[in-house]
Amino acid sequence: MALLDVLNIETFYGPIMAIRGVSLKVEKGQIVAVLGANGAGKTTILRTISGVMDPKKGTVAFEGQEIQRHDPNRIVGYGLAHVPEGREVFPLLSVRENLMMGAYLRDDADGIARDLEAVYGYFPVLKARADQPSGQLSGGEQQMLAISRALMSSPRMLLMDEPSLGLSPLLTKEIFGIIRRINRERGVSILLVEQNAHMALEVADFGYVLEVGRIVMEDTTQRLKNKPDIQEFYLGMKDAGQRGERRWKKKKLWR
Amino acid sequence: MVEFVQLTVNGIAIGCIYALVALGFVLIYKATETVNFAQGDLMMLGAFIAYSCIALWGLPYLVGILIAVAVLAAVGTGLDRIVLRPVVGQPTFAIVMLTIGIGTMFRAGASMTPGWGTETYSFATPYSGSTLRFGTVVIAAEHMTIILATIGLCAGLFAFFRFTKLGVAMQASSQNQLAAYYMGIPVKTMFSLIWGISAGVAAVAGILMAPISLVDINMGFIGLKAFPAAVLGGFGSIPGAIVGGLIIGVIEALAGFYLPAGFKDTAAYIVLLVVLFVRPHGLFGQMARKKV
Repeated sequence: MALLDVLNIETFYGPIMAIRGVSLKVEKGQIVAVLGANGAGKTTILRTISGVMDPKKGTVAFEGQEIQRHDPNRIVGYGLAHVPEGREVFPLLSVRENLMMGAYLRDDADGIARDLEAVYGYFPVLKARADQPSGQLSGGEQQMLAISRALMSSPRMLLMDEPSLGLSPLLTKEIFGIIRRINRERGVSILLVEQNAHMALEVADFGYVLEVGRIVMEDTTQRLKNKPDIQEFYLGMKDAGQRGERRWKKKKLWR
Repeated sequence: MVEFVQLTVNGIAIGCIYALVALGFVLIYKATETVNFAQGDLMMLGAFIAYSCIALWGLPYLVGILIAVAVLAAVGTGLDRIVLRPVVGQPTFAIVMLTIGIGTMFRAGASMTPGWGTETYSFATPYSGSTLRFGTVVIAAEHMTIILATIGLCAGLFAFFRFTKLGVAMQASSQNQLAAYYMGIPVKTMFSLIWGISAGVAAVAGILMAPISLVDINMGFIGLKAFPAAVLGGFGSIPGAIVGGLIIGVIEALAGFYLPAGFKDTAAYIVLLVVLFVRPHGLFGQMARKKV
């Protein structure tokens, strides 16, 4: 049984169908990446899983239990934490207070203290800035804080939305290095949504490609990296000459 | 000089009342981005309940206060749960109208309640009539109680929001609702609790004010003075609300004595205008800064 099993979900923004029957699986201990262009519905998938949006159809099962349409605050309690797009820190709270809010549902003071030390170990800069309001941190530091805050709930799985958004290539590399460490060292499974396909294919074990609300391709990242379509559209490895036209033809083939 | 100090102290006492009502405005505004125009009427309700307990049923003063604050906290929480939660997402204007309507209903309801009505009442406090003397300055115990109680209440609220997990979670919910959901914080419950706290603070303001201005159904119109106080401090800033209230209280007291009649009630608004010209976001306003 997969840790997370999403089956045929359909999600709407008002009358607009953003997710058109998506199914995906994350096995225990895996990093799974969802690739796709702007507006493909990547963020919507994560929001549907974490309960901020409700699917009209389909099921989301975490550890074998159906969780679709549950309130987001309950879903965190099941061990499924969301690192939202654009960081979304609490700007006027200090870094430490932000982290403690991540542990809001926990009562075990010892475990919380241990996890606090652990995230300070991953991101020493957060320890140095523990008492600063988090609104004063740089974008990269805020991203580190957002990841750490999610880890403070001691999740079995992390949903990560564009962790590289707005970061320098160097910082992106550092963050992805730590994402991999978190996965290996703490056994946290990760569902990663990324526009930076290079990085995502580098760290993930398995990948899905999303276009206009549908999954159009799924495979191990090893094999995805070698597919001509992926190389052309997501890794930019062929010349851009007739890309528009060829992309259009390909999309037709996929449907 | 003595009279200046005397007036200032009286002004501070009244200012504390404005500050407490303004605090209620700001708490709710920060959390839910709506303005609760029923704040003054919640205060009136608190004063009337205290009056019933103390003057009509003969309960001890402190017990009466506790009951009034508890009832109002429950009323505030209930208002959010029953009346405001269903209109979340509607235009702000609709919600503001709703709170004005609620305030009017409270006033009408109070005037129809047996034993309350449209009369003006007073109730005895343990300290009624006594005065404190500092050199040549004489301070009525009523004024002193207001100042001390306001300091105590503000310190308590500060400690609550700063040092308790629940308080920090309330701050978090008002700073970033979506992220608070992601943390597992029950945001809706937090908002209801904040309404409860605001209404409780309003009740305290009403009870403190009762000995100096008497209890009647229109005492809630003090909200019209507290609102500029909140704006003066920069709507959305809690220290701002308190400082704004004090400034308006003191200016009003001084203007009422040194300036021609009529300035007492307009002075506050003149100061407000000047401050808004110079600092459009108020004295303590936090300019919304959001990094993308």
